[in-house]
Amino acid sequence: MKPFTQLDGLVAPLDRANVDTDAIIPKQFLKSIKRSGFGPNAFDEWRYLDVGQPGADNSKRPLNPDFVLNQARYQGAQILLTRDNFGCGSSREHAPWALEDYGFRVLIGPSFADIFFNNSFKNGLLPIKLDAAEVDELFRQCEASEGYRLKVDLAAQTITRPDGKSIAFDIDPFRKECLLNGWDDIGLTLRHADKIRAFEEQRRAQHPYYFA
Amino acid sequence: MKAQTLYEKLWSSHVVHEEADGTALIYIDRHLVHEVTSPQAFEGLKLAGRKPWRVGSIVATADHNTPTDHWDLGIQDPVSRQQVETLDANIREVGSLAYFPFKDARQGIVHVIGPENGATLPGMTVVCGDSHTSTHGAFGCLAHGIGTSEVEHVLATQCLLQKKSRTLLIRVDGQLGRGVTAKDVVLAIIGRIGTAGGTGYAMEFGGSAIRALSMEGRMTICNMAIEAGARAGLVGVDETTIEYLKDRPFSPKGAQWEQAVDYWRSLHSDEGAEFDKVVEIKAEDILPQVTWGTSPEMVTTVDGRVPDPAAVTDPVRREGIERALKYMGLEANTPITDIPVDQVFIGSCTNSRIEDLREAAAVAKGRSKAASVKRVLVVPGSGLVKRQAEAEGLHEIFLAAGFEWREPGCSMCLAMNADRLEPGERCASTSNRNFEGRQGAGGRTHLVSPAMAAAAAVTGRFTDVRAL
Ligand code: SF4
Repeated sequence: MKPFTQLDGLVAPLDRANVDTDAIIPKQFLKSIKRSGFGPNAFDEWRYLDVGQPGADNSKRPLNPDFVLNQARYQGAQILLTRDNFGCGSSREHAPWALEDYGFRVLIGPSFADIFFNNSFKNGLLPIKLDAAEVDELFRQCEASEGYRLKVDLAAQTITRPDGKSIAFDIDPFRKECLLNGWDDIGLTLRHADKIRAFEEQRRAQHPYYFA
Repeated sequence: MKAQTLYEKLWSSHVVHEEADGTALIYIDRHLVHEVTSPQAFEGLKLAGRKPWRVGSIVATADHNTPTDHWDLGIQDPVSRQQVETLDANIREVGSLAYFPFKDARQGIVHVIGPENGATLPGMTVVCGDSHTSTHGAFGCLAHGIGTSEVEHVLATQCLLQKKSRTLLIRVDGQLGRGVTAKDVVLAIIGRIGTAGGTGYAMEFGGSAIRALSMEGRMTICNMAIEAGARAGLVGVDETTIEYLKDRPFSPKGAQWEQAVDYWRSLHSDEGAEFDKVVEIKAEDILPQVTWGTSPEMVTTVDGRVPDPAAVTDPVRREGIERALKYMGLEANTPITDIPVDQVFIGSCTNSRIEDLREAAAVAKGRSKAASVKRVLVVPGSGLVKRQAEAEGLHEIFLAAGFEWREPGCSMCLAMNADRLEPGERCASTSNRNFEGRQGAGGRTHLVSPAMAAAAAVTGRFTDVRAL
């Protein structure tokens, strides 16, 4: 996994609640058996005026001028501001893959759906939960000033606004360590292989019917 | 001993290791696999030179991409075919307890085949790269939907990294009215607590109305726990659970059955167990439900109206409603029963089991599809459900009513195969998600029960099934 330490990035606002993973990456792109290449189809139905198909040349498709991420001022954004319950719905990890491939490294919002939240960490994408009022203020500032950037420091657990205000955020210590170091979960877990084996043996003895 | 919730019992019996911050490794008993979320996991495993930890935990099927008609022609879409063939090859290579490939007699939607084969048992931890894995919690097991990285993690280690959830009890007491089904109960719950109401919780359903439900009904409710934000839904084990599991192919047999049942009877929340949150709902207050928007919480009763955004003060909510009405092509204050439908879909892991089909057939019997309705798809959840329905003659009722009787699969629940809505088409659907584009780009989905879907099919608009 790609480590994440610090980022000074351009911010884009996506001002709607309950953005589901179907919207982040529509189902037709789930037919891929790869992990990469989903970025051009992130938010496909909102972003383009036609219906996207896997394998199509996205550079030739008509963009929806009303979709916020299509505005010139947000090109190259690495931080996405979101509203409540971002990433709800399907468990598809294609959603964080698409966001990451699009160029995002940080998501900031008042709440995220559980599975999506988990999946993000596995892909070097940092979702940050802040108070709704704090998020509101970021939306206001971002929309008011073109080229709005934030500095995110994972080790210090802070977001610094252009006006100098620093906002602290929470993160599980274990997730933080993994992300800072880019550790592979599986490798970490396998350090406990003996414990897993012992647990399994005991379970097999006690509940043989789960091991048919 | 302190009174425990079912969730606490299941959690504590699976913790292998715990980090200082409470992140735990929990052991996984059953790993369900389907073609969409597994290819990258198998590939990752191979690239890292790892082997699956315990192939006997794997039960796999192909369901999302498979066509529901003309099986003799195979899978026409080459991209879908490649995904299904990739699963075939992966399972062939690594092995499994059971694999129900495309066209197998027991193939079907992953959340239907697990329980009906007895591969989902009380007391287990069950995972699948699919958010509706919450369905299996109906059996008193801890069932989580996971992402593809986690699928790979479970394949490689037989464990999942998890933090303990908080506990939420939804207690539904009383007796459901005539024509009110499990689907209406869960939609009413989501309408009440919202799509994020269960986020961070394991959501247990209890109370006399839940106890009175069949396993099919309980599965419908747990299926949509994820739609309320909860990763896991739960119902305690009782005689209904045990009766359902007896003599299923992978259920324990003989002395092991006795031993298992002994243990399973302890799998319920103890009297006096404390939950972090409790929501109480009276069964008598629940009426048939219809969603009007683009999120399952955008729901009302069949005698209700489309809401008026002008009456909502919170600007984010108001905009959400305005956007939903625009997408859905609906005017504020329209009575629900004035909304006509173009298509009807009866199927999905929410409502494609035998009981669902019986409910739909009871409404369809002796009636026929309204002329204004273009198509009514009935898609059984599995090959076994299909055969059972045919043995009962349900398919003849559907066919006589002008409905289409299809092969099992996910079908128009997410429209990854050829079954889908055209832009602007409106559908009464028994599935679980009414998100924009879910059933086809530009398609408009209204979530309802199987009986309400059949009622819409024969009248051409949403209709109170109790009045039919
Ligand atoms: S029926 Fe629908 S919700 Fe269920 S597993 Fe298939 S696609 Fe997912």
